[in-house]
Order: sequence, then C-alpha cells, then structure tokens
Amino acid sequence: MLTYLIRRLFAVAVMLVVIILAVFCIFFLIPKWTGTDPATMFVGKQADKESIEGIRQKLQLDDPVLVQLFEFFKGIFFGRDYVGGGDTTHCSAPCFGYSFRSEQEIWPVLTDRLPVTLSLALGAAIIWLLIGLSVGVLSALKRGSLWDRLAMTGALAGVSLPVYFTGLLSLAVFAYQFDLVANSFTPFGENVSKWFSGMILPWITLAFLFGAMYARLTRATMLEVMGEDYIRTARAKGLKEPVVIGKHAMRSTMTPILTLLGIDIGALMGGAILTETTFSIPGLGQAVLKAINERDLPLILGVTLITATAVVIANLIVDLLYGVIDPRVRLG
Amino acid sequence: MTDHEHKDDAVPAKKVKAGKGTDAAKAESPEAESPTAESKAESTKATGTTGASVTPEDAAPARGAGGLASSGTAAGEPELEKQPPKAFLEVRDLRVHFPTQDGLVKSVDGLSFSLEKGKTLGIVGESGSGKSVTSLGLMGLHTVGQYGRQRPHLSGEIWLNGQELLTADPDEMRKLRGREISMIFQDPLSALHPFFTVGDQIVEAYRVHHKVDKKAARRRAIELLDRVGIPEPAKRFSSYPHEFSGGMRQRAMIAMSLVNNPELLIADEPTTALDVTVQAQILDLIRDLQQEFGSAVIIITHDLGVVAELSDDILVMYGGRCVEYGTAEKVFYEPQHPYTWGLLGSMPRIDRDRADRLIPVKGSPPSLINIPQGCAFNPRCPYADVPAGGVTRTERPELRETQPGHLSACHMEPEDRQRIWTEEIVPKL
Repeated sequence: MLTYLIRRLFAVAVMLVVIILAVFCIFFLIPKWTGTDPATMFVGKQADKESIEGIRQKLQLDDPVLVQLFEFFKGIFFGRDYVGGGDTTHCSAPCFGYSFRSEQEIWPVLTDRLPVTLSLALGAAIIWLLIGLSVGVLSALKRGSLWDRLAMTGALAGVSLPVYFTGLLSLAVFAYQFDLVANSFTPFGENVSKWFSGMILPWITLAFLFGAMYARLTRATMLEVMGEDYIRTARAKGLKEPVVIGKHAMRSTMTPILTLLGIDIGALMGGAILTETTFSIPGLGQAVLKAINERDLPLILGVTLITATAVVIANLIVDLLYGVIDPRVRLG
Repeated sequence: MTDHEHKDDAVPAKKVKAGKGTDAAKAESPEAESPTAESKAESTKATGTTGASVTPEDAAPARGAGGLASSGTAAGEPELEKQPPKAFLEVRDLRVHFPTQDGLVKSVDGLSFSLEKGKTLGIVGESGSGKSVTSLGLMGLHTVGQYGRQRPHLSGEIWLNGQELLTADPDEMRKLRGREISMIFQDPLSALHPFFTVGDQIVEAYRVHHKVDKKAARRRAIELLDRVGIPEPAKRFSSYPHEFSGGMRQRAMIAMSLVNNPELLIADEPTTALDVTVQAQILDLIRDLQQEFGSAVIIITHDLGVVAELSDDILVMYGGRCVEYGTAEKVFYEPQHPYTWGLLGSMPRIDRDRADRLIPVKGSPPSLINIPQGCAFNPRCPYADVPAGGVTRTERPELRETQPGHLSACHMEPEDRQRIWTEEIVPKL
C-alpha cells in the first residue's frame, strides 16, 4: 500500500512538471510566435519604448528560452526576483508572476478565490450526489414506470438546460420574487448565515446540472448490477430486498460514480465559470473569465495550473478510494 | 379408431383407484377443466394402453423417494388440490411462463416430482430445457426483484414440509430461503459478491436467520469453511472471492448454502464452471455433506456422469417438460425415451473407435415460444417414424408409467422401445 502510494505520488509530481512545461510553452512560446509581446501587454500599447524595454528586462523576455524556463520553475518552487529599472521586486514562492492588469501577485489572488470555488463545488457535489443517487436508484427499481419516465425527462432537462438559464430563473423566482434566499454572495468570513443563504441557489443550480448526469449514470449502473449473479445469491440467502439493494447492489454501483465524481470535482476547481458569473461569486471561474477577456496571461496560467493540480489530486484520491471499495484493485 | 374406443373403455376401470368422487366430478363437469381436459384424456388413454393403473394422487405419497407423478393430472381434481402431500418436497404441475415481446416463453410447462429427505434427485437436460428455471421457481426467486420487468407467470404447487410455497406470503418465503431451501450456483466467481470477504458473506447468510452476535456467526462460518475442506479457514475467512481458486470458491459457496442446515439443497450445475479434477471432489463433498446433514438434494446438470454419481432418482427434462422420470438405475440401465438414449450417447466413450466415441443428439433444442405441437422431441427424434398405435404427430405424449417407478413420455409402443434399446442403442453405448 505504502509503495503504491509513493509510486502514485511520484507519478503526480511528474505529471505536474509536465503540466507546467506545457503551460510554459503555451504562454511563453506562442506569444513569441504570434508576435504578441508580453511586455506590451503588461504596460499597455500607449507606453513609451523605454518602459517597454524596462519591462522586457524585468521579465527577462530577451533571455534564452531555457533560462526563462529555469526562472519560471524557480519562481514556482523557490520564488524569484525581478530585477530591472533600478529596483528589485521579490516574488515569493510559489510565484506565478504578476497580473498584467492589476499588477498584483497571482498567487494571493488564487488563494483568495480557491476556497470560494471549493465551497461551491463541494456543496453542490453533496446535493447532486444525494439527488442523483436517490433518483437514479429509484428509477432503476421502477424501470419503465411513470416515475422513471418523469425522472429521466427531468434528468434530460438538467443535462440540457444551461446554468445561466436555470440560475437566472431560480434567482428571479427564489431571490427576487419570493425573497427566500440572498441574491448575492457574502464572504464566509463576513457572515456565515448570509454566506449560506447566498450559496444555496448556486449550489442547487450546479447540482441540477450534475445531479442529472449522476441520476442517469446511477440508473444505468444499477440496472446492470441488479442483473448480476451475486444479487441473485444475496436474495437466495434470504436477505431482505432493502439489504440486497442498499448493501450488495449499491456497493457495486458506487465504483463508476466515484470515478466520475473525482473528475468532476477536479474540473470544477478550474471554476464553474457560468455558475460563478451568473451568481457573481468571486471564485476562480470569474477570475479566469476576466483574465481571458483581458489577455492576462499570468492569471490564466495560474488558474490552469491550479485546475490541473486539482484534477490530478482528485484522481489520486479516487484511485485510493477505489481500493477501499473494490478489493480487486487493492494494490501492494 | 377401434383402438381409440378400446382405450376409452379402460378409463373407468383405472379411475376407480383415484376415488369415486373425482370420477363423478369429472363426469359431471368435463368442461370445467377445459384447459387440461385434452391432456388428461391423452394421459388416461395412454395409461389404459399400457395397463398400468397408477395415478399420481395415490401413487406419489406412497412411493417415497421415487414418488412419481405425471404432469397435468392434479389440476382437475378440486378436492385434492392444495392438500399437503406426505412427501417432504412435492412439486405438482409447475409452470413458469415468461411473457416476452415475441410471445409466451414456456420455460417450464407442467412439471411434477417429489423428493424425500436424505435423497437426491437429479434433473438432467440440455440448456434451455427449464432446469434452472425450475430451481429458481423452488427458491421463489422468480417473483422478487423483477423491477420494471414483466413477472413470469407461475402456476402449480410446490409443497415443502407441508407448506405450499407458490401461494406463501413473500416475506414468509424469504425467511425460508437460505434457511430451509438453499442453493449452490453454477459459477461461484460471479455468484459471490466480489467486494465482500468470503467470511463476511457466510456470516451474513447465517445472521439473516439466526439472532447471534458477530463472533458466534464467525465461529460458525469458520467451522463450515473447515468442514468443506478449506485449509486454514480462520485465515481464509478474510479472503475475497477472487483470491480463491475455482474449487475453493465453490467450496465456500457450499459452506454458505449449508450454514443454516437447510432441509433442501438445490445445486444448479455445481461443477460446470470447474476443472475436471475439482469436479469429482466437489461431488464427493456434496454427497458427504448430504449424508451428514440429511438434507434432500436436487442436483441440476446436463452431465449424466454427475447424476450417476449422486442421484437416487433422475428426471430428464426436454422443452420445459419431463420426458423421463425414474430411479437412477432404471433411467440409466433401461432408459425408455429416445432423448435419454441421446443423452447417454452423448457421453464420450474413449474405448471406442474415434468415429463412434460420441453419438450426438442431432438438431437443436426447441424454441420455448413455439414448442412443437406433439412431442417436443419429435423433430430431433431418430425414431419418430416408428409407428405408434394410431397416434398422430400433433398429439403430445403424456408421462406414463412403463414399469413400476419409471415414467416416460413417448408414443412408441413398449415392445418397439425395448427392441430399439437392446438392438440399436446398447451396442453403440
């Protein structure tokens, strides 16, 4: 188990290095080839030659690619110093550089916004698991019934309706018309109950989308599992049907759902852009949307790395949980 | 035609044994039993021909292990219906029909047999003959967990220890499952849950029916694992099914099915998924355990070698019906039905020339939606052309006693059958 864990952690480290390399290529080489000068983007087009030159020096844009790469890595793991124009700016590790627009350090922006996105994703995940699993199981057990058809129609709607539609609709109805919940985001640190009230609609909106997918997956998996021989054995033992379903069938149904959950939560760390924008939640998604609009390369780069890391780590956790659920994949 | 009249004459004489009341009831309201009337007429007619005067109603309880009942006859006597039999297990006219989009699949269509405690019945037949459907019917597993699927239609009677199972309360039936009746399945790898340890699965089977703590259940499970020949049972208790070999898995499965001392054990092709070397061990184990526990055992297989080793009685199924039923000795040494001959011929003989080692039954099993109108085996029967006293091909041969304790469903005259068996079949076997 321990050797497996070490091996996996090593693989994660290699993976992250590869991701950083790829990100570096995309954000440093492509601007070079397309002729967009990061220095111009940093200072603005109206700036004079000297300040552009100063920035070029400071960002070491004229150095060989390998030197730039080395500095980039060094910045992430140990921090780096930007020297130029007569002063030195220290950017402590992990250093992703400075925003082209706000000229703020990227890392604090990320750490500010990550918890918001995390709370959005995890809260929604709890709701969509509860809804998706129960609807899926019920649909499987009542296959072909009116309930099944209604639930699956609802699931189809959930999958196909965009978040900005369901989100805005729920905002209009529950926040503005009936005033049941808050219509805007309040930071957790400011007021917990207001934060909760403001998060309910985003959670439900996001959960509606994902819950629909989970309901469909649960239903399909459950139907498959119910046809397994060991379910017949469980009944042949004289077990009550709730035990047969809740214990024997659910255990097997959980495996594919867990896999999907790991990928989904990891991917949501990159920001639920639509949900965050719809509900004005200051998470990573909103930040990255703004960054894309403003061609703020360092910020995009930071969010990309965070997302990739989250997916890799979520997958590692899922794989470890897999071993707990399914003894056949338990590795030594 | 004269032949036909002669047979009809024989009916009253025979029916006296079955009791006057039933006879009168029959005479007064023949249309009341219209679904079975035709088959009954055939049945009685046939019995008249052979001269044997056995009706299942009086014969079955008296015969013990070899309690032989013919199909389709119990349904017409209302006053005899739902009467608990003396036999430990008695199945009367069991029918399991599956409604499908293509039509009604008659997987089991009028099966009757009985079994005493401590005895073994072998049910033999090829794939799709209704063997497994019968066993699931005995377990009551056709009616649970059919979520959203069309439930099969079950009719007939299954009596176990004086209790009728088909009409039993579902929860009552559930309590019997695993405790009174338990089952060993064909492929232990897929029949055991891959995510739970073998020990836990046995403990679970025990604790459903016994109010004991986990420790006691664990002791019981280890005791059973030890009994079925699993080395280091305390250690293997915590193993998962995939960590066991095929034979060990089936041993564990057997341990699980015996943990509650069931009175009836159904083994559905228990050795099919196993290596040949392991098969014999498992069969030995089942026989030993039966002697030890005194259960009644139904062993379902397509392998005549397996039933030869274990069974007291043999029931040969074809197309959802019983075609031959008798003691193992009778069925093996004096088989009456061409299909049974075919099964015997399908056992390879290494001491013959290569071309003669195997005599397969030609053709394929009948579709259970469109079962041939007359004898279901007719299209594949090499002796279908043997004249059979005026019966037409669309007439279905009913199960009738050819010798005491031996029933078969074939139109052929006994003399012809005897001749073909001794002159044509035996030399080839």
